[in-house]
Amino acid sequence: MKELLEGSLAVAEIVRLCKPGVISAYPITPQTHIVEELAQIVANGKLNAQFVNVESEHSAASTVLGSVACGVRSYTATSSQGLFLMAEVLYNIAGMRLPVIMTTAARAISAPINIWNDHQDVVSLRDSGWIQFHAEDIQEAVDLHLIAYRLGEDKSIMLPVMVCIDGFILTHGLETVNMPSQEEVDKFLPSYKAPYKLDVTNPLTLGPLVDPEFYTEARFALNETHKEALALIPKITVEFSKVFGRNYNGLIEGYQMKDAERVIVAMGSVCGTVKDVVDELRKKGKKVGLLKITSLRPFPASYIYEALKNIPKVAVIDRALSLGSFAPLAAEIKAVFFGRPKMPKTISSFVVGLGGRDITRESIKEIFRLLTGKEKQGEFIDLKPELLKESYE
Amino acid sequence: MKEIRIHARAGQGAITTASLLGYAYFLKGMYPYAFPSFGAARMGAPMNAFVRVDSKPVRLRSQIYEPNYLLIVDHTIMRGFNCFSGLQEDGVAIINAKEGAIEVPKIKAKQKAYLVPANEIALKHIGRPLGNTAMLGAFCAATKELNLEDLNAAIKHRFDLKLQEVNIKAAKEGFDYVRSISM
Repeated sequence: MKELLEGSLAVAEIVRLCKPGVISAYPITPQTHIVEELAQIVANGKLNAQFVNVESEHSAASTVLGSVACGVRSYTATSSQGLFLMAEVLYNIAGMRLPVIMTTAARAISAPINIWNDHQDVVSLRDSGWIQFHAEDIQEAVDLHLIAYRLGEDKSIMLPVMVCIDGFILTHGLETVNMPSQEEVDKFLPSYKAPYKLDVTNPLTLGPLVDPEFYTEARFALNETHKEALALIPKITVEFSKVFGRNYNGLIEGYQMKDAERVIVAMGSVCGTVKDVVDELRKKGKKVGLLKITSLRPFPASYIYEALKNIPKVAVIDRALSLGSFAPLAAEIKAVFFGRPKMPKTISSFVVGLGGRDITRESIKEIFRLLTGKEKQGEFIDLKPELLKESYE
Repeated sequence: MKEIRIHARAGQGAITTASLLGYAYFLKGMYPYAFPSFGAARMGAPMNAFVRVDSKPVRLRSQIYEPNYLLIVDHTIMRGFNCFSGLQEDGVAIINAKEGAIEVPKIKAKQKAYLVPANEIALKHIGRPLGNTAMLGAFCAATKELNLEDLNAAIKHRFDLKLQEVNIKAAKEGFDYVRSISM
């Protein structure tokens, strides 16, 4: 049914339809309306779950680690500094092969303190072993949660999945969303049957000390599973479209790529703005396009290769930094082409929209303009040079 | 595509205003994207809320710099800030202020600005100076974007019982006020 919903409330509603048995969250800043709404849903008896209010994100992550280890579908949500406080536990959740599903409202990281949207929090967690999806709009955010549960809980995968939605832009924005019915969700998402769980009658150890004899193989296996997820995601999205009628491949999405000469690669809500600019420039006869990355982990390298190998000029938008090195997404896109037979003539890298700096049509047009020139390395868009002259002396 | 920018202080209900407006458009089969932009994220701090609406889903995620319509919920913001920045040549502004209480800013020939005593209307019907629904009633009359019925349907969706009743009254009075001064 079509509804006008705030992103956070739409996510809370889809989580309700996925019927987790345990939800745990730290209820104050940096949190979203997602868990506030879920607390209400549980209190109103609309979802038979235990809502565990805890004293920190570290505890929230630990709680859902424990509940999934006991075989119960679970959910949590966080953002920014909260995600970082969870970090230690997140690596454990992935290493212990526990399919926790978490929404992250992607936001900036301190210092300086900033509550607004960029991707520094989630991109910094890219090596945690979690599958990481990025949503362009609220509908996709809703749909990715269904795909996340289905994928994470698949017996061949058993990995946690983080669904990243841009803070404020999507979490606090209202948009028309087609909410699925319980019947449809049940058809797509079976109840969770854990292949292993903590059970006093059948004792089992999860996450023990593993000496050098075994550690490498455990990590190797985790990495292999990411490759398997890469193959499984497009199969799950085919089934998804059969039930819900919406088409994704779950890894990447090309927009006006066919004869494109200049293409922007981006993640998240900025892709909507890029699409509008692509349409505008196409009307003027400019051959431009967009490649959206939906799955940052697993990283769909071969799909990206096929999509970009014949594109003359590529720009990668990063909304996060790897301080002291190349912008993180740009570095990975470039790595796709090293040693391969074909590659774009130039792959330029742009940093834009940090800490909530608005990304306008002009910002995107500027990137397309700069693509006509020499290759750019980590070029900041909308930088205010006058602010850089200020000094404390 | 139509773009509406709301100027207010955090706590004055600008997000509710944007979502009511969005919902009224939604009920007409349009595709709104209603969103806030917080400043200091503290009550009383100047903030904006926006509604961008089109007959197809809105993809553009930037803030609104060249609005068709302005809703200025708190006119004291106009003292230090140009709320009219970027207003379209034929744009319309609704300002929450009593006639004569403030100087109407200089506007371009085809632009229109309406002063609506929304706080007084709200105090009369709601008992608190939350003029949002009166402003929205005025918006409907001034722009003819929406009927009062569309707005009432959104108010009914959002508020229950007494709050619904008083907000519908406030919306009607805001609507009638602009109709009477624009005749």
